Amino acid sequence: MYEGVVQSLIDELGRLPGIGPKGAQRIAFHLIAADPADVRRLAATLVEMTQRVRFCSTCGNVAQEDECQICRDQRRDLSVICVVEEPKDVAAIEKIREFRGRYHVLGGVISPIDGIGPDDLRIRELMARLADGEVTEVILATDPNLEGEATATYLARMLKPLGLRVTRPASGLPVGGDLEYADEVTLGRAFEGRRLLDV
Amino acid sequence: MGLYGDDGIVLRTQKLGEADRIITILTRHHGRVRAVGKGVRRTKSRFGARLEPFTHVDLLLHTGRSLDVITQAETVRPYGAPFVTDYPRYTVGTAMLETAERFTPQEKEPAMRQFLLLVGGLRALGDDSHEPRLVLDAFLLRSLAIAGYAPALDECVLCGAPAPTDAGGSLAFAVPAGGLTCRSCRPAGAATPAARTVALMRALLAGDWATADASERRHQAECSGLVAAYLQWHLEHAIRSLRHVEHLH
Repeated sequence: MYEGVVQSLIDELGRLPGIGPKGAQRIAFHLIAADPADVRRLAATLVEMTQRVRFCSTCGNVAQEDECQICRDQRRDLSVICVVEEPKDVAAIEKIREFRGRYHVLGGVISPIDGIGPDDLRIRELMARLADGEVTEVILATDPNLEGEATATYLARMLKPLGLRVTRPASGLPVGGDLEYADEVTLGRAFEGRRLLDV
Repeated sequence: MGLYGDDGIVLRTQKLGEADRIITILTRHHGRVRAVGKGVRRTKSRFGARLEPFTHVDLLLHTGRSLDVITQAETVRPYGAPFVTDYPRYTVGTAMLETAERFTPQEKEPAMRQFLLLVGGLRALGDDSHEPRLVLDAFLLRSLAIAGYAPALDECVLCGAPAPTDAGGSLAFAVPAGGLTCRSCRPAGAATPAARTVALMRALLAGDWATADASERRHQAECSGLVAAYLQWHLEHAIRSLRHVEHLH
């Protein structure tokens, strides 16, 4: 459609998740019109990312060293591990500034229909981390959907014999929402997990 | 077609874009439908929780250019609820969903019998009234029967002679040929299941649960192996979930 490098740029952008042919064309023309210094900075960041970003050898989070910042931080609580699906989930939990333990990124969830079984996730690495007895609690923070719940059930079954405290974040009503709009599954979970108001 | 309503079982979900999902549903009247659930991954989604696999939902859909769009969803029965706390049953249920998807290759081609079979299968699995392995094998055999691939279990599939009914011995079962064969027709490489395993297959196909429930573990295991091999040969496709099915009950 377009000449050489412009079409190549549109094709490359179109391969990114969530970007269709129209979106790729829009971004490409934005870059063509942008300050060349800004575009070079973007290109340099992309190149640097390919050279420096790797996965933490301990938890599987994205890192720039052998270990990520969280695993290297000696002030973190070593007795608690929060198990999540993706590095994006680590960032989401870090935003709440409540959790002071460390993480373990599974790299997905058990999804037999997609051919992903327990052996395809970083479960063996998790078990190895728990072997030294330092960890006393494992929080299973996989997504609250069917595959996430099934993965949590599978992990809980594996962790139970180790005598650890195995917990799962509560599910329920979103803050700021109206009760009448909640679906029955979420509302049911909220009632199951109701707590005593101690006033 | 514009706006249309139907009920169905959610077979599979795939992430789409920022917060959407492609939902594959086996519906009662429209067969397998792939539709977009807009914004269902957001925590404030009104019907995200209803569009999880195994859920029987009542839907209102809008016909789109390539994919339809789900505009309303109400839960009829969340069959998945008991499976999430029981991993072996979850794996069995997933194999049933994948099989139902494979047996409905053409989108929007009505597949009422496959739909009703899936509802019955998920209900039986959820009730825990039979061994999950048996429920799965019964579902697989009957799915094959609906598609016209039921194994021949009463006569030789090659010459039509009545199959031997030696209760204590073994029989010849040829997967590529399509079922039991007599001794003279038996092709090379045919399996030799116990006669009781073949009796179990017959019971599962006919819904004779008294016989199926009374069967021995070794015959159940042999039956599962044969059914899986037979299914995947005739589908010309591997069912990926079968590899992950756990039999712990």
